[in-house]
Amino acid sequence: MIAALRTPRGLATALILLVLAALPLLTQAFDQRYLLSIGTRIVIWSIAAVSLNMILGYGGLVSFGHAMFFGIGGYAIGILSAEGISSGWIQWPVALLAATAWAVVIGALSLRTRGLYFIMITLAFAQLVYYVGSGLEAYGGDDGLNISRSRFPGLIDLRDKASFYWLCFALLCASLWFCGRYANSRFGLVIRGAKSNELRMTALGFPVFRYRLAAFTIAGALGGLSGILLANEGAYVSPAMMSWMKSGDLIVIVVLGGMGTLFGPLYGTIAFFVLEEALPPILNLAHKGWGEYWMIVFGPLLVLIALYARGGIDSLLGRRHD
Amino acid sequence: MEYLLLQVLNGVQLGLLMFLLAAGLTLTLGIMDLVNLAHGSLYMMGAYIAWTLIGVTDSFVLGALLALPATFLLGVVVEAVVIRKLYARDHLTQVLATFGLILFFNELVRALWGPAGKSIAVPGFLNRTIEILPGVPYPAYRFAIILVGALVAILLAWLVARTRLGMLIRAGASNRRMIGALGVNIELLFSLVFGLGAVFAGLAGLMSAPIASVRIGMGDDILILALVIIVIGGIGSIKGAFIAAMVVGQIDIVGRAFLPDILKTFMSSSAASSAAPAISQVMVYVLMAVVLVWRPTGLFGQRT
Repeated sequence: MIAALRTPRGLATALILLVLAALPLLTQAFDQRYLLSIGTRIVIWSIAAVSLNMILGYGGLVSFGHAMFFGIGGYAIGILSAEGISSGWIQWPVALLAATAWAVVIGALSLRTRGLYFIMITLAFAQLVYYVGSGLEAYGGDDGLNISRSRFPGLIDLRDKASFYWLCFALLCASLWFCGRYANSRFGLVIRGAKSNELRMTALGFPVFRYRLAAFTIAGALGGLSGILLANEGAYVSPAMMSWMKSGDLIVIVVLGGMGTLFGPLYGTIAFFVLEEALPPILNLAHKGWGEYWMIVFGPLLVLIALYARGGIDSLLGRRHD
Repeated sequence: MEYLLLQVLNGVQLGLLMFLLAAGLTLTLGIMDLVNLAHGSLYMMGAYIAWTLIGVTDSFVLGALLALPATFLLGVVVEAVVIRKLYARDHLTQVLATFGLILFFNELVRALWGPAGKSIAVPGFLNRTIEILPGVPYPAYRFAIILVGALVAILLAWLVARTRLGMLIRAGASNRRMIGALGVNIELLFSLVFGLGAVFAGLAGLMSAPIASVRIGMGDDILILALVIIVIGGIGSIKGAFIAAMVVGQIDIVGRAFLPDILKTFMSSSAASSAAPAISQVMVYVLMAVVLVWRPTGLFGQRT
């Protein structure tokens, strides 16, 4: 543990986690409440990125529809809330169950295909969920749905921004811990082995399809959790939260941070949100008014990252030893 | 009966537009093994460039005709600057890089043309109805789209099946390294095919402009639909793309035209009219899922 702190990676990660853990206190001390809401979104998106990394990074399965789990988790909360069931003890298990069940179904169908077809079929399923969401006129249709936050009486009040943040942060830590266990377990090694050589893993006698389906399901459930949190963060759900551009953003985040690395999704999410917040003011410094068009810089930056920096931020922190 | 005929024609018109978009996409995917998400951006750029040129020349036909070489040029430039570096990379890199291109083009359009949408008026000589059958009027502009779309589809079929360029395209689709080894200038071929795809996308964009509107991100959703079409049809297959585009066009239009009435029998009319487009979209994706589960490489895709 102490030895890990001596490497740049360990030190950077420890610092990030420390700052994140203390964020509500820091934002209160400096009176920057706006930063806390960005921080909350960073933490929630990190959980989603961790879940995508489990299949995309470790498994090499390019799912281009991961934002659908934002939608499934979020809409389960939203619909229950609209129907007058506000207890988190009912909402959260139902939402997790919905995300898990959906992940099993589409995983079983999608994993039959390979490569490009897998990218496309996951995208198609995400679009399907998107259009179902926008067709639910009773629950807001395209405009989305204002909801009340889940209630956990006597335990935690999600309307309190700091409490909610710490809950999200605790869940992120749990996801990271879980992902670390996953990556180094026998199960995770099969998933990683199938990424580098599926045929060999099959020849070794591993039922690769079943392993992948299990991984896809776990990732879907965790993605659903991030959807639950996202719905509670804004007290609002809409089809926009699961548009295919959001799935693209998630892939960008995972690659930006470093695919198949434990903390990569966290680095990637922070970098993504920091770029989003910092590029406009920087461009405005260069020339007033340019900041509005920050994506003109961000787009080509993505192209460069895709072409030349596939190791992501994690690879900047020195060589890995595992 | 007449209503059905009109809706089927609308479906054909939408299908042909989708085919124009899908043709370029399936060629780049089949021949260069390149996932180009930015294809929808070329569709958008085609419409915006046409809007400007129509304003300058004050003539729809002239502006549209000038916009085509302009989008070809744009396609060739994009290919030379970015796309060329992606051929040898995996699909994930291609998805990422072209996703970056989408963000770039959407923002570029906002910077150059402003955030508000533009509209292109239906050209005067087509701003009327024609009788396709005695007593059945149909908007002339939509009919013109069908004609142009069908013409381009035939041209493309001829190009691919009968010309030397088409022969190289087909050879490239089945084994791109082999035709390189046989001395074909692959760089030039890829550049040409990409430019051709850009022209088709731009043509689809500018023709759809008077019906829909010219706006930022107009290519993003339709791109996904085009990808669905080429996946249903089988990657690299022009024939597959055509058939899938026609089917998807019919599903979409029929869903919009007839579902509301069916739905109204058991739900409120406002709920029915908002659910119907969503259901017809959902049906398209269900179709794709069914096709892929049944034939994992699409209807006319090559077995691997």
